[in-house]
Parts: sequence; structure tokens; C-alpha cells
Amino acid sequence: MHNFEFVKPATIADAVAALAAEGAQPLSGGQTLLPTMKQRLAAPEVLVSLTGIAEMQGVCMGEGGLHIGAATPHAVVAAEAAAHYPALAALAGGIGDPAVRNRGTIGGSVANNDPAACYPAAVLASGATVVTNTRRIAAEDYFQGMFTTALEEGEFITQVIFPIPQRGAYVKFNQPASRFALTAVFVAQFADGVRVAATGASNNGVFRWEEAEEALSAEFSAGAIAGLTVSSDDMISDLHGSAAYRANLVKVLTGRAVTAAR
Amino acid sequence: MPKDTGIGASTKRREDVRFLTGRGVYTDDLSLFGQAHAVMVRSTVAHGRIVSIDTSAVESMPGVLAVFTGEDFKDVGGNPAGWLINSRDGTPMREPKRPVLAHGKVRHVGDAYAAVIAESYAQAKDAAQVLSDATVIEELPAIVDMKAAAADASNRVHDEIPDNICFDWGWIEDNRAAVDAAMKAAPHVITLELTNNRLVPNAMEPRASIGEYFPGTGDYKLTTTSQNPHLTRLLICAFVMGIPENKLQVVAPDVGGGFGSKIYHYGEEALVLAAAKRLGRPVRWTAERTESFLSDAHGRDHVTKIELGCTAQGDILAIRTETYANVGAYLSNFSTATPTFLHGTLMAGPYKVPHVYVNVKTVFTNTAPVDAYRGAGRPEATYSIERVVDKMCRELGLDPFEVRRRNLLTPDQFPYTTPVGLVYDTGNYQATLDKAVELADVAGFEARRAESAARGKLRGMGLSTWIEACGIAPSHLVGVLGARVGLYDAATVRVNATGTISVMTGAHSHGQGHETVFPQIVAEKLGIDASSVEIVHGDTAKIPFGMGSYGSRSLAVAGSAMDRAIDKIIAKGKKIAAHMLEAAEGDITFADGKFSVAGTDKAKTFGEIAFSAYVPHNYPLETLEPGLEETAFYDPANFTYPAGAYICEVEVDEGTGKVDVVAFTCADDFGNVMNPMIVEGQVHGGVGQGIGQAVLESTTYDDTGQLLTGSYMDYAMPRADDVPFYTVDHSCSTPCTHNPLGVKGCGEAGAIGSPPAVVNAVIDALQRGGHTHVKHIDMPVSPNRVWQAMNA
Ligand SMILES: Cc1cc2nc3c(=O)[nH]c(=O)nc-3n(C[C@H](O)[C@H](O)[C@H](O)COP(=O)(O)OP(=O)(O)OC[C@H]3O[C@@H](n4cnc5c(N)ncnc54)[C@H](O)[C@@H]3O)c2cc1C
Repeated sequence: MHNFEFVKPATIADAVAALAAEGAQPLSGGQTLLPTMKQRLAAPEVLVSLTGIAEMQGVCMGEGGLHIGAATPHAVVAAEAAAHYPALAALAGGIGDPAVRNRGTIGGSVANNDPAACYPAAVLASGATVVTNTRRIAAEDYFQGMFTTALEEGEFITQVIFPIPQRGAYVKFNQPASRFALTAVFVAQFADGVRVAATGASNNGVFRWEEAEEALSAEFSAGAIAGLTVSSDDMISDLHGSAAYRANLVKVLTGRAVTAAR
Repeated sequence: MPKDTGIGASTKRREDVRFLTGRGVYTDDLSLFGQAHAVMVRSTVAHGRIVSIDTSAVESMPGVLAVFTGEDFKDVGGNPAGWLINSRDGTPMREPKRPVLAHGKVRHVGDAYAAVIAESYAQAKDAAQVLSDATVIEELPAIVDMKAAAADASNRVHDEIPDNICFDWGWIEDNRAAVDAAMKAAPHVITLELTNNRLVPNAMEPRASIGEYFPGTGDYKLTTTSQNPHLTRLLICAFVMGIPENKLQVVAPDVGGGFGSKIYHYGEEALVLAAAKRLGRPVRWTAERTESFLSDAHGRDHVTKIELGCTAQGDILAIRTETYANVGAYLSNFSTATPTFLHGTLMAGPYKVPHVYVNVKTVFTNTAPVDAYRGAGRPEATYSIERVVDKMCRELGLDPFEVRRRNLLTPDQFPYTTPVGLVYDTGNYQATLDKAVELADVAGFEARRAESAARGKLRGMGLSTWIEACGIAPSHLVGVLGARVGLYDAATVRVNATGTISVMTGAHSHGQGHETVFPQIVAEKLGIDASSVEIVHGDTAKIPFGMGSYGSRSLAVAGSAMDRAIDKIIAKGKKIAAHMLEAAEGDITFADGKFSVAGTDKAKTFGEIAFSAYVPHNYPLETLEPGLEETAFYDPANFTYPAGAYICEVEVDEGTGKVDVVAFTCADDFGNVMNPMIVEGQVHGGVGQGIGQAVLESTTYDDTGQLLTGSYMDYAMPRADDVPFYTVDHSCSTPCTHNPLGVKGCGEAGAIGSPPAVVNAVIDALQRGGHTHVKHIDMPVSPNRVWQAMNA
């Protein structure tokens, strides 16, 4: 790790100002950024911690659904979203281990947009809104491929707003070593239709499986997708799973998520 | 009735108090006045010629004290192989020099070719990066695949070895013709090609070394993460650096796991000593986890074709194997013994098989060196045999339990000379098999399978009946076989004046529990309380010359030495007692901590005798030296042969290919058991590692020799929820016939016997589930692999 400066602003305005400095980067739970710095793969000059900003913390019901402050750790989401959005709470409770869940945050995860991360599937399947210090971004517009998002230089996430489906479920298949999602699927049934988002599978990052959405909107049962196939064309192929294997997982896990949906 | 002290008691591990409360003292915990920090500069390419290293780029960087390169060590010796193997044609193996720092060429990713010493770790790390950037290496094509390496003479890991082959070994070459004939005549020949996957040992504590030099006396001191400090000292002194042995003290303090990887001497140890001398300051180095992945000796990595000739009823007539064994870029200390004498000699398994021939071709590649890892050669042998026996049962429609029962050696056949050079002294393989069948409730399997099926899971059961050889020895035999060291061990039992005892043992504990078990034995034999016995180990300045701990040898070999030394103490005690009690020595008996005159109530306690030995006021000084301290060296008469039967049950998720090990039963014969709790813990750990190998762990290099599984993001270690609650039994005991404690060793058994049980269970689940085309899946049976196999 190289030397850096550390600031911990108490307001969004102060954070905006701090992030204007040369070489500044936001730090949230540090579960991704700090290991990268330890390996000397990143060397920000100033770390601007977002965890001291009160309005970026916590879970509550509000306009448009469940509001989650960007600096809210996974463990808090797991506990406090349970009454409102059980599938989302279960997702948060299945990330990493207790240490990771008590430090890592939803904002950091959504900003990082790791292709194997869990939250992006929930954000996309729920049709959530990513709120930043300057604007509101619809999930569809936010994710732009592996590790790529609509966030601009100096822009940071302050909140994520989740519309709450009638029922939903997240089924994650662990990569055996990292226990990130080798592939995972979030299914959410709303009054106006079903949304299905898969993470861990595609070279283009989290994506919606529209054919399944259509079939499930007509009939919400695992059987409804039995005849569908997922193309392996754009799927990730690595040590842990071939493209065909991941395509299979998208389908299998979608069926299981439908069955598990509450 | 379970005992609560002494031999056979499940005494709680006294060392755990300090380990679990963070009071252990490991090498990296030591902080020495004036210490400097070393960081190794490692190759980022698998194979290349070093063109230039511009050390001037770092010499004036802040804090930099010294830079070492291969040039600095070109005139000292190489790190040697401990075992000379001859090829089938009688020519000796090829032994390329393994230098302290790579010189001329780099041969694997992680091969250290320079080191930077600086005031602080951060400064050394900065400078190492700059030095890496200031090095020009002309990259050569990487040699990664073993068989391709052996077939391609144009690309060489070592320029002087044209076919990359270290040796081509036949065991036993004289068996070959008879085996070929038996195979030809056999009604059925079952053939299986399999790999034994390469594993990274992953000790919790990474390697670390601190070198010190004392100019006043010219003495060196090395504190290091070693399983055997005397061996490390011998290698450094006699082979690498030429330091007289009396001028080097090697200390291995608390060591956080080794699994074999810390048996060996590594270049960093010589480097910190040389640097300490040049700088006149202590120099320390601790591996980062990435360095452990890249530079610790790995394990296994065999590709084997095994053939088994048999009758239609499944009577085994002959076994023939051809194995390619990867030794990596250099020969590590035991890398030539592991695929040969620890593997080929076990290829008859626990069976009465008349004809066995083993061929092993050992190949250099541009990968990290491979050496003994928990089980070392025996897991590879066991996996090959138990997989092919299982395949035989499937192909011939036979019951795997019944077939094994019929082929297993019977108790009346011991001692039994195998066709591959071992003499099994004792055993009762039927008993352990019966025990495992009972404990695993094999009869209830069908009901459990139906219950799994109701939950949508395919259930399968796998069996493995295994044998291994521990306590490797005797020295005269291994000498004939090419060992360059003796394999005895030593202990000094020092009775202090007040009757407490210090035992200096050549064994080294790096998690095993010696500090608890050895005192149990001393206490039992001397009739004193175990709390007054202390074990001293891991310091060449304190202990007699012993060979350390590996190969499940600590109790069988070093424990036997301790036992002998205690006998000498008792013998001397009798002499002292005879004098004090004014009786004839022959009339003195020793029991329950008392020396008594037979048939009288005249007695002296052990403490009184000890006191008299050191305060010899009433003592036979004319005929007996004062003091009460004895040393014994023990060279075993034979290997010990633990054996057992393991039964594994798995559930396979057809949709995802995921394998869950849901039940695992072990019935082991370890001979006499000193501390059942510790033995069970050893089995749990070993089986955990075996399940890791079978289901999770994969060491993968890409075609350019980059390690793709170089961190825990991609290298899957078994975790608590990957393993079931084990059922472990060791009641079927046939004590070892040739060591005084009757013990066999239990440290590696779990890792040896379990992988085939797991894979056999997976194949069983798939077969029963209708995937009848799946005959074999290579380890690890990862979800991806199992799914691919089902859907092939
Ligand atoms: C052992 C381990 C296991 C894990 N397992 C999983 C898993 O199973 N599933 C999973 O999804 N994740 C997993 N993670 C990742 C974890 O969820 C992290 O919390 C997450 O990836 C990053 O969140 P963070 O708060 O730690 O962000 P940080 O590490 O602090 O930041 C990550 C990146 O996002 C930027 N950033 C942070 N906050 C914001 C913001 N509000 N706006 C804009 N940019 C921001 C930072 O500058 C940095 O570039 C695991 C991590 C570890 C260490």
C-alpha cells in the first residue's frame, strides 16, 4: 500500500468538495478498494470516506419504495430490510462473511459493479433508482457492462431506491473459492410484470433475461420457463465455469428463484 | 472406562491455551534490535533468460541497504535433492542446481532472482518493484504440460536436460515381464487414466525467516518456519553455504502448519543469513500470501494410467501403472522420493495382488517445485488403486464391498511381503471394513437415497480401503534406495533435580499436539504427573540431532526414541535405588513412580531418586555418574502401516453439478492410540484436506505458466460448511509389532484414504441417477466439471 491522505466529511456537500481534490477517490466499506490498494493496484492520493455522512446511512420506507443510504453496510440491510423486502434482505445476508457484511456497503458494491456481485441483480430486477449527488439514474441506464457504470468523474451514489415487488427471490450459486456469485438470479414479480436479472454470467455484466420475463409474466411458475434456453454466446467462460455451464445456471437458478419467491 | 491421564487419555491440548489466546510466538512475531527487511524480487514470467538487472536503479533509494542477485550466490552450492533415484536403465537422475537466487535463467513465475534489503518493509517493497522494472528478461516459451515437456527436446527448463525428464523409474523392474504376462493372461483388464491434481499447501502461517550473524564469535542464527530445524541446518551448512554446523543455530519457534511445505530448505533462508552477515544486522523476511502460492513447494500433480488385470469375479491378478510426475522447475528436497518410494511401494494397496509394476517419469516444467504434501505419494497411489478397483466393480457388475473383502489380505497372512518391496507387519483390514460398514449404516443407504431423491438430489456412496506406510525408515534400507540422510530420531530425557522433566525431542510440532501427547507417555511410564513434563523442540542448540516431523513419524520414531531414553532413566534409577535401599539392583522394581525392593515395603519415590542423582550425598559415585539425563537414538526396523476403510456419501445437484459431502465415516487402525481426541482431530483435518482435494482445490497454470489460482479468490480451500460431521473410529487396532509404543501414525491417513471415497461416491450417485456414461471425473469434482460430465 502506498501513502494516502484520509478525510471523513460529515455532509454530502463536504464530500463533493473533498472529491474535487486531485487524485481523490471515495471510500465506503473498503472491502474492494483496500485490498486493491494493498496489492498496489490502486494508489489514490486522498481517500474520502463516505461512512460519516448521516443522510447516506440507513434503511427506511419512502416515496417510490425502500430507501437505502449508499453507505449502509450489508449487515444492516440484511436486518432492516427484512420486514419490507425479504428477498433483498436475504441477498445482503448472503454476501461474503460477517466481517465483509459489517464493513461493505451497498453504494460501494453498486459503484464497483463487479460482474460477480450480488446487488446489481437486485437493483436491475427491482427497477431501482440509483440516486447520486447530482441526479437520479434508472437501473437500466446505470449498468453499462463489467465494472462500468453511468457514474461520472466526481459523482457518487448517495442512495438506492427499490420499488417493492409482490414477491421476489434471489438465488445465488457460489463460485467455490471466492463465494461471490458464479451466477445468480433475482426474480421480482410486480403488478405490471415480472423482472429477471442475472449476475455473474455475462461478459456484459448484469442483464435482464427478457424471454423469461415474458413467460413468467404470463404464468409465474418454474414450468413456464422450462422450454426456454439461454444463449451461451456472451457468457463468461473461466476456470470455474464454461459459458454453457453459466447459461445453464441462469435457467436453473431462475426456475429456483420463481419457486422460492415470497 | 476412558482414562483421564496418561496413555490413552483424551487430555486437552495444553499448547492450545497459548495458540487460541494469541500468545503463540511465531517467527514473524519476533522483533530484533536493528533489524532490516528483505523483499524478494520474483519473476513474473514462467521462463526466461536474465539479460540484465540494473541494481544501480535502487541502490540510492531511500532506506535501501543492500541488493542481492544470483551473481552473489553463484559460487555457493545448490539446494540439494535428498534422495538419489536411478532410472530404469541404471543412469542416475538429472540434478540441476537449485541456486539460492536464480542465475542466468528464471524458471517459474515466482522464481526469486534478486532480493532487496532496506530499513523498512515498505522501502524494501518499493525498491523491489523498481528493481523488477529495471530487469530485462528475455522471455522463452513456457513449458507447462508434463507430457508435452517430455516430448519436446527443443524447449528446455534446464539447458543441460534435453527431454526435461529427471528420471524414468521402474518399480520393480524385475517384475515387469511377469506383470506384462499376467496382464495378457487376465480375463479382464480395467484401464483408467486419471490426474492427481496439484495442490497448494496453504499453511495458515506463511513462510518466514530471520537471519542473524554475530561477528564476535562468527556464529549464525536462523529463526525459520521449519518442520525440521536440524535438516535445514544440515542442508544449509553441508550443501549450500558451507558454514560449519557448529556455527549455525536453527530455531523453529511456533510454526503455524506445514503439511510438508515447511520440511524443505528454501533459498530465502540462505539469503537472510548472507544478508545478515554482510550488513551486520538481523535481516527478516516474511512471505506475503501471494508469494506462498507462487513459491511454496506444491503437492501431488501426477498423471497416471493404471491397468488392473482381474478375473470375472473381481480377483485382482495384476496392477500396472505409468505415471508422469511433475517436479516443477527445480528439485525440492524430497521431490524425487515422493513419486517413487512413497508411491510405487504402496501400489499393491491392502490387497493380495501377485503382480505389480510401477513406472514413473518425473518431468521438469516451468512451474513451482512440487514435493511431499500431507500423505506424499501415498494419496496418489491410493487414489489410483481405489478408483480402478471401483471401476472394475462397475464394469463387471460386482459389489464393491464384497470384492474388497475378498481381495484384502487376511490377518493370518502377516507379516506379508508385497511385490513392491514392503513387508506389512500386521493388520486386520476386514475388521476396519466391517466397522466402517456398521458405522456408516450401509444397510440404510437405500432409504437415505430415496429421501435425497425426494429432495431432488442424487445420492451416492463411495468406499476406499487403504493402507499407507509411515515413520519412513529404516536407515540402512532407505540408504540402499537412495536416501542421502538417515531417518532415525532422537530424544534426551533430562530429569531435573526436583523431579520435573524436560524432554528434548527431534520431532517438531507445528500443530500436531506433541506438547500434550509426549508428556502423557512420560507420565505414564514414570508414574508422575504430566504437568511436570515439558517438551523442548525446534532448536538445534537445545535438542539432539533429530529429523523433525513429516510422514506421520513423530510418535512412531521420535516417540520411540523418547521411550528408549525413559527406559534408560528407569534403569539408572534402579541402580541409585539399590544403593539407597541397600538392596541388589536385580531386586529393585519400578512401578507407579516408586522404586521398591521386591517383596518388601522399602521404597524410594522417583523424586527422591532424582534428587539423590543431583545431590549425590548418599550415592554410588565409584560406579555411577551423578545426574539423571539420558539420550536415545532410535532407528526403526520397518515402516509402520496404518490402514483403514472410509465410506463417503454425497449428494449431487443435477441442475448445478454441485457435490455435497453429506456423510463421511472412517474406521482406522493406527495401532495403539496415545490420545484419542488428538487422533480424531488429525483424522478430521486429514479428511478435510482430502475433501478439499477431491471437491474444491485446483492449482491451474495457463499455457504461459501464469498461476491462475494464485489467491483465495480462485483457489478454493475447504471451509466448515464444505465438510460433514465425521464419524471416526479407531477401535480396530493391531499394534505395530516393531516399535515400543505399538503406534503407527495418524497424521496423514485422512488425506490419503478420503479422495477416492469421495470420487467413488460421486460416480456412484451419477450412475444411480441414470448418467451411466460417466465413468470418471478428474478431481476436483467441481460443479462445472460434474455438470459437463453429466451433459457430455
Ligand atoms: C471476502 C469478500 C467476499 C465478498 N463476497 C461478496 C459476495 O458474495 N457478493 C458481493 O456482491 N460482494 C462480495 N464482496 C464485495 C463486498 O460486497 C464489497 O462490500 C463491495 O464490493 C464494495 O463495497 P465497499 O463498501 O466495501 O466499497 P469500497 O471498497 O469502499 O469501494 C469500492 C469502489 O467503489 C467506489 N465507491 C465506494 N462507494 C461509492 C459511492 N457511494 N459512490 C461512488 N463510488 C463509490 C470506491 O471508490 C471504489 O472504487 C466480497 C468482498 C470480500 C472482501
